[in-house]
Amino acid sequence: MSKYEPDERGYWGEFGGRFVPETLVAPLDELTAGYFALRSDEEFNREFNYYLRDFAGRPTPLYFAERLTEKLGGARIFLKREDLTHTGAHKINNAIGQILLARRMGKTRIIAETGAGQHGVATATVCARFGLECVIYMGTEDIRRQELNVFRMRMLGAEVRGVDSGSRTLKDAINESLRDWVTNVSNTYYLLGSALGPHPYPLMVRDFQSVIGREAREQFLAREGSLPDALVACVGGGSNAIGLFHAFLEDNVRMIGVEAGGSGDELGMHAARFAAGGHIGILQGTKSYVLQDAAGQVAATHSISAGLDYASIGPEHSYLRSIGRVEYASASDDEAFAAFKELSATEGIIPALETAHGIAHAIRIAPTLPREATMIVNLSGRGDKDLMSVAEYENGRAER
Amino acid sequence: MNRIASKFAELHSAGRKGFIPFVSAGDPNLDTSLEIVLALADLGADIIELGVPFSDPMADGPTIQASSMRALANGVRLEDVIEMSRRFREKSDVPIVLFSYLNPLHRYGLERLARHAAAAGIDGVLVTDAVDEEAAEIGSLLRANGLDLISLIAPTTSDERLAKIAANASGFLYAVSRAGVTGARSETSSSAEELVRRSRKFTDLPVAVGFGISTRQQIEEVWEYADAAVVGSAIVAEIERSIPLGNVPERIRTFVGSLLPEVANAGTEN
Ligand SMILES: Cc1ncc(COP(=O)(O)O)c(C=O)c1O
Repeated sequence: MSKYEPDERGYWGEFGGRFVPETLVAPLDELTAGYFALRSDEEFNREFNYYLRDFAGRPTPLYFAERLTEKLGGARIFLKREDLTHTGAHKINNAIGQILLARRMGKTRIIAETGAGQHGVATATVCARFGLECVIYMGTEDIRRQELNVFRMRMLGAEVRGVDSGSRTLKDAINESLRDWVTNVSNTYYLLGSALGPHPYPLMVRDFQSVIGREAREQFLAREGSLPDALVACVGGGSNAIGLFHAFLEDNVRMIGVEAGGSGDELGMHAARFAAGGHIGILQGTKSYVLQDAAGQVAATHSISAGLDYASIGPEHSYLRSIGRVEYASASDDEAFAAFKELSATEGIIPALETAHGIAHAIRIAPTLPREATMIVNLSGRGDKDLMSVAEYENGRAER
Repeated sequence: MNRIASKFAELHSAGRKGFIPFVSAGDPNLDTSLEIVLALADLGADIIELGVPFSDPMADGPTIQASSMRALANGVRLEDVIEMSRRFREKSDVPIVLFSYLNPLHRYGLERLARHAAAAGIDGVLVTDAVDEEAAEIGSLLRANGLDLISLIAPTTSDERLAKIAANASGFLYAVSRAGVTGARSETSSSAEELVRRSRKFTDLPVAVGFGISTRQQIEEVWEYADAAVVGSAIVAEIERSIPLGNVPERIRTFVGSLLPEVANAGTEN
């Protein structure tokens, strides 16, 4: 078995596992059995691929960012255009996979958490498509900064429940989703949106997102006759990054995950789990790096982007870092903001603020690499949802 | 025999059932919290469950979430909870079980926790989010220091799993009365009785029932089929109501006394 597969308890090395209240063990066992029965089932995969193609609009293009490349004068930059999927982010891939599973498991009520709102929109979309009840938990701070997506979810028929606890962001929305699930286990399916949480979610979400890297690898080979030198993706929970990386793990390709550097290095001002303040810990069902204080209390986080504003990171990323297979860097709010503007003005593509962190790192390293070098940046989502936040940020900076 | 085992032996020979109150340690502050648990011991609590405050209590409803936040706002850490237990132990022999999420314990160091908890006179630890498969390490460290790892069972736990959990358990089993988070309910679900009955097939350990028990009638119902009843959110909610009124320990004494008059009587006999 590949060293990139978790063991049967969902561990990659020392990371992963299943740290949940006892009540959730049975539904997680049911989910694991349900998923493994379908994982290599032809009929299931045919159905999945059909919706990926005809509903989500796959394959997405691999686009050469010619002007950005020229401007930076170094490595050639390619963009994997997940922003062009239906609903505008990679999140739809996982939502389709899991809704098909939920249907086969006979679940009638779907719940999900959302940070930036993209996973909430993707979930609300597939629930509308299949006529299933949908409840989305979202921190009230995120409701404020991603208002457009709240309207979209409501338009799609979902109930959006604001979560007022903790930092009122993604972590708190996950807590509330877990509380809902533990209370309504019999009819409810928890459609988790990133490569996080208790086994089998990190594995299952990765599998459903790995279509990104499979396509990109094929597209790049067809176009260039070789593999790219590097891959770059932003990392919140880690689903778009692992989705791009997975198909390349056995190749000689450098990979870089980019965390949210926020507005400073102090605990509470960023969401860079691999920076100072990140320690191995247990949060929301999985063992991984967690931003926490010396007493083991989970730290507040900050990022300009709601989707990266999370205190922990998917366990497979902690493992890939521990074995030296993937490098991790961070981009600050200011750098992401600059990259957001740069990509918009140079390529005519407005990225999500999450995505802009990956772009920022590409902008940082491309000039240091030779012109023959190539890299693929995962353009995980489009930025329409962020225009208000960006305007606010710009005003805030003007006042400073 | 440790304090938990002797407590259940004592209950058994007296033909009594147990009352196990839960409070979040350090709510509203450490000194008051200590006075509250001393009052509970004085009223006849058979075991005291002390919640270790955590920032992300995913298995708790709003009442215990809020109490956890009050304690955290006062800067209460695991080491303070251990110290509070030590001070309690100077005055009382009532067994103490820490009720915690894994992360604060993990950060403290599991081996260090086991040693320090034993030295402070803590008798057991229950870890909400460390299910059987994930609890081997902490379980053996606790046992090596003479403490019990208290295991949870739930209505969704299969017989096969019950057998496995029971085989690894010590002290007592904590049966979660219903699928859900902590929080007071006016009725105890029938799934609790069924769960306790199923668990008896696999273990002779005492079984306590908790989650949602908030009235005297519910306690009496649980005592019909289980060995002990755990009351958490109802007491914690009373602490919350008492804070603005002052003299919290006395108010808790009155409240719990009314919840459990027989226990109050039993307490004075000790
Ligand atoms: C466009 C986009 N990219 C990235 C992310 C971060 O999530 P993940 O790390 O799971 O890809 C989000 C999350 O909301 C997102 O909307």
